[in-house]
Amino acid sequence: MGMTIAEKIIALAAGVPEVKAGDIHTVNLDRMMSNDGTTHLTVDMYNNKLKHPRIADAGKMVFIVDHNVPSDSPKTAASQKKMRDFARENGIDFWEGKGVCHQIMMEHYVRPGELIFGADSHTCTYGALGAFGTGVGCTDLLYGMVTGTSWVLVPETIRFNLIGKLPEGVYPRDLMLTIIGEVGANGCNYQVMEFTGDGAHGLSVNDRMVLCNLAVEAGAKTAVFEADDVALEYLKSRGREPKAVFTSDPDAHYVREYTFDLSRIQPVAARPDFVDDVVPAKEVCGVRIDEAFLGSCNNGRIDELRVGASILKGRRVSEHVRFLVVPASQEVYLQALEEGLIQTFMESGAIVMNPNCSVCWGSCQGVIGENEVLISTGTRNFKGRAGHPSSKVYLGSAATVAASAVKGEICTADML
Amino acid sequence: MEQFTGRVWVLGDDIDTDIIIPTEYLALKTIEDMKQYGFSPLRPELAGQIREGDIIVAGKNFGCGSSREQAPEVIKALGIKCIFAKSFARIFFRNSINNGLLLIEQPDLYDDIKEGDRISVTLGQEVVYQGRKYPIASLPDNLLEIINAGGLVKAMRKRNGLDERP
Amino acid sequence: MGQTIVEKIISHNIGAQSVKPGDIVTVNVDRVMLDDIMIPFIVDKFNEMGFADIWDPDKVVLIYDHLVPASQQDDTRHYKVGDAFVEKYQLKNIHRSDGICHQLMTEAGYVKPGHVVFGTDSHTTTYGCVGAFSTGIGYTEMAAILGTGTLWVKVPETIRVEINGELPDGVMSKDIILRLIGDLGADGATYRALEFCGTTVEHMSVSSRMTMANMAIEAGAKCAMFTPDEKTAQYCEIELNDFQKGLTGDPDAEYVRVLKYRAEDFVPVMACPSQVDKIRNVSELEGTVIDQVFIGSCTNGRLEDLQAAAKVLEGRHVAPFVKLIVTPASRRVYEDAIACGAIRTLVEAGAIVTHPGCGLCCGRTGGILSDGERVVATNNRNFLGRMGTSKVEIYLASPATAAACAIAGTITAAR
Repeated sequence: MGMTIAEKIIALAAGVPEVKAGDIHTVNLDRMMSNDGTTHLTVDMYNNKLKHPRIADAGKMVFIVDHNVPSDSPKTAASQKKMRDFARENGIDFWEGKGVCHQIMMEHYVRPGELIFGADSHTCTYGALGAFGTGVGCTDLLYGMVTGTSWVLVPETIRFNLIGKLPEGVYPRDLMLTIIGEVGANGCNYQVMEFTGDGAHGLSVNDRMVLCNLAVEAGAKTAVFEADDVALEYLKSRGREPKAVFTSDPDAHYVREYTFDLSRIQPVAARPDFVDDVVPAKEVCGVRIDEAFLGSCNNGRIDELRVGASILKGRRVSEHVRFLVVPASQEVYLQALEEGLIQTFMESGAIVMNPNCSVCWGSCQGVIGENEVLISTGTRNFKGRAGHPSSKVYLGSAATVAASAVKGEICTADML
Repeated sequence: MEQFTGRVWVLGDDIDTDIIIPTEYLALKTIEDMKQYGFSPLRPELAGQIREGDIIVAGKNFGCGSSREQAPEVIKALGIKCIFAKSFARIFFRNSINNGLLLIEQPDLYDDIKEGDRISVTLGQEVVYQGRKYPIASLPDNLLEIINAGGLVKAMRKRNGLDERP
Repeated sequence: MGQTIVEKIISHNIGAQSVKPGDIVTVNVDRVMLDDIMIPFIVDKFNEMGFADIWDPDKVVLIYDHLVPASQQDDTRHYKVGDAFVEKYQLKNIHRSDGICHQLMTEAGYVKPGHVVFGTDSHTTTYGCVGAFSTGIGYTEMAAILGTGTLWVKVPETIRVEINGELPDGVMSKDIILRLIGDLGADGATYRALEFCGTTVEHMSVSSRMTMANMAIEAGAKCAMFTPDEKTAQYCEIELNDFQKGLTGDPDAEYVRVLKYRAEDFVPVMACPSQVDKIRNVSELEGTVIDQVFIGSCTNGRLEDLQAAAKVLEGRHVAPFVKLIVTPASRRVYEDAIACGAIRTLVEAGAIVTHPGCGLCCGRTGGILSDGERVVATNNRNFLGRMGTSKVEIYLASPATAAACAIAGTITAAR
């Protein structure tokens, strides 16, 4: 019986020749990532709950401060200090203010074939490089940190055949929102979304990250692409070697299959308060907005900043709109600076923030108030996620968000 | 001349506006919401201990720092009747007058006073503490006018013909 | 009898031959600055006072800066109140995310030499850098000005500060003003004007003068005055008229005190926790371990400040586990700092560059600290609890010194 990519990664991590969906295996973790959302809790448990606290391999740990940067209260500052001090004492790689955790991980750590735990639900992003990344709670992370291992239930895999190419003005984000709308917010619970087909191979690593990142919004344990030449080229340009390059076997078992014709995708938006409430963007046009957000681990990379800047070039952000532009990392920021994109955003009246999670997480940057409306390239539009419980969040592509910021109401780029 | 007595809280030199009400709480909707945080960086328990009619005695430069008028408003809302200090910062001084919070400069009282003790005040004349008399001056006329009007808002309402002259 | 600069501005404003310290006069206001923190309170008081109209909407400037970006759910309520006020009274001068109020008032050309300006923020003293009489007031008085266009002031006595000579390398105008505050004490200039003169001041950029005027309030001063000169004219994009040119302290003017300094005697200094007048030479503090550095604010977030920091940080890197936060004072400063490469240098050195605004200086977001942490900051206040808990230690310094500290991870002077 053949195996899928996800099964092969787990088998390798478990040191067994074969696994199948439903098996439970103990695996060696290749890497663990924890951010300032929960690391202080992990550290507290480590210090107070363990008889013999030890770290199996500090070299596998990465701590990233990205959720509240710069910190907005003594409480978050204290959490971050705890994290910083722990990293320093234990020789753990520590990043602060350098970008959103998943972006940092992709730029500096993730390798094809690795099994990675992250104490953040969007850890599934790493599938873009053919790795198995999944989000865990801080207790699981603590166990992994102490033992270097964990257990996994081998998930079933769903195959998503992508064919064709996205039309002009339609982006991977539109594609992924469309998929989530189709399968539903729990449509892939516990399962792996494997993207394949010529449409998948035609996507850049940036685009693949957009797809994988949102897999958790369909309930998936993770998402994965084959580490093809595109992925290996990305890896090579960053001086890293793959751990293992896997393809799914022809006779691998898939629990379901979907086919999406990319050429038929159109700009969409997810309506408040559910990521799977997806409609053609045209249907929500005209909704007055207070804030627009271009950024996040989903959509804050150079590709999206280019799209946003091309729309803002020579235009002004609407008077009553706060347009937050938040590059996903310092690397992205510097690239955008090089290309003149930051200048374009500043000239248009946007608020350009330092790389961090920003309002995607409803944190200290651009929180929205009572009854306010935000259109966002963030990951989620749950009730109250970006601020006041009565506020509303729409999700759209970078193009839709930028165009809406100019118009002052939701619109697609072709309507400007 | 108005006379009153009150229990004294003693604060030091350079009590700044960030101590009186930290910026963190400045965007709360009302002074009532803010007042529980009064003096919190210095003495977090103080706001809960102050009672109506209490008096603050402090050293030099009371109210230095920002122009936030929430500072005198919070002090007033906590129930403080008046503040004696060796000196006051000027913006705080103006803001207090405009809100009808009484500020009185007195150079020696602070050096002698003990927290929790009571003092008797005769406005424009003196403070009496444990038998000793401390002279105090009265305010300039233009400020007395504002205070007598009941604060600047009331003075403006009269100007705009909204309230009858008393 | 001669007059000081502030006396000249006030007498000109009220159409009198002369005024003297202690006179209580009613001035006609040329500009007012309203900020986002205070706007709901100003509007409430204005409505309560019962004014039908604003005396002159074009003289009103509303600036959102303390709450940008919003860090708490209720912050945006302040924008809403401000926007409604703008709409109702057809105000033209509003900035929603362009930077710090005091930077914008001069940079965007609202304040000119000889103006009388009030703002709902204590650092309104800043505009003395272009020879305007400006000072901070509360929201009730602001509401009254909006209705009447006037305010009473007591003509202040003036302290003259004369500085001659050339500043040593690595010493900035921040070091001068900190030293002066140390010498005067935090209440040493209360109710008084500080008037700066001498060759050092004449050679200074308007930006450097802003730093000094900005911090005059930390010595309790009502205002700070600099004589407008060619640099001022260029900065304000005007030609000075005779009145503006004449804004110097007369030789026979009466000063309550005269302080004289030799520029060569200044050294890098810091204000130590938690008093602005607790000044020590950086050399005495050398080696003190720090956790964070903040470069920004209306005191020291301008282009020349960012350039000074970039010069120190060029090719170097912020110490491990130390955070360097840079918050440009305005959108224009940010753009200019991009154009000259300073932003790139700072980010490459590891800085976190935020959007322009008050940032950490006003203590609502932008790098708040917790118990036991120590920060070196270029802003104007190190009061207890201003940047987090009361157990945070704040050291105030120049941008050059701050950048050097970021590299070392300890207090040190720029070399």
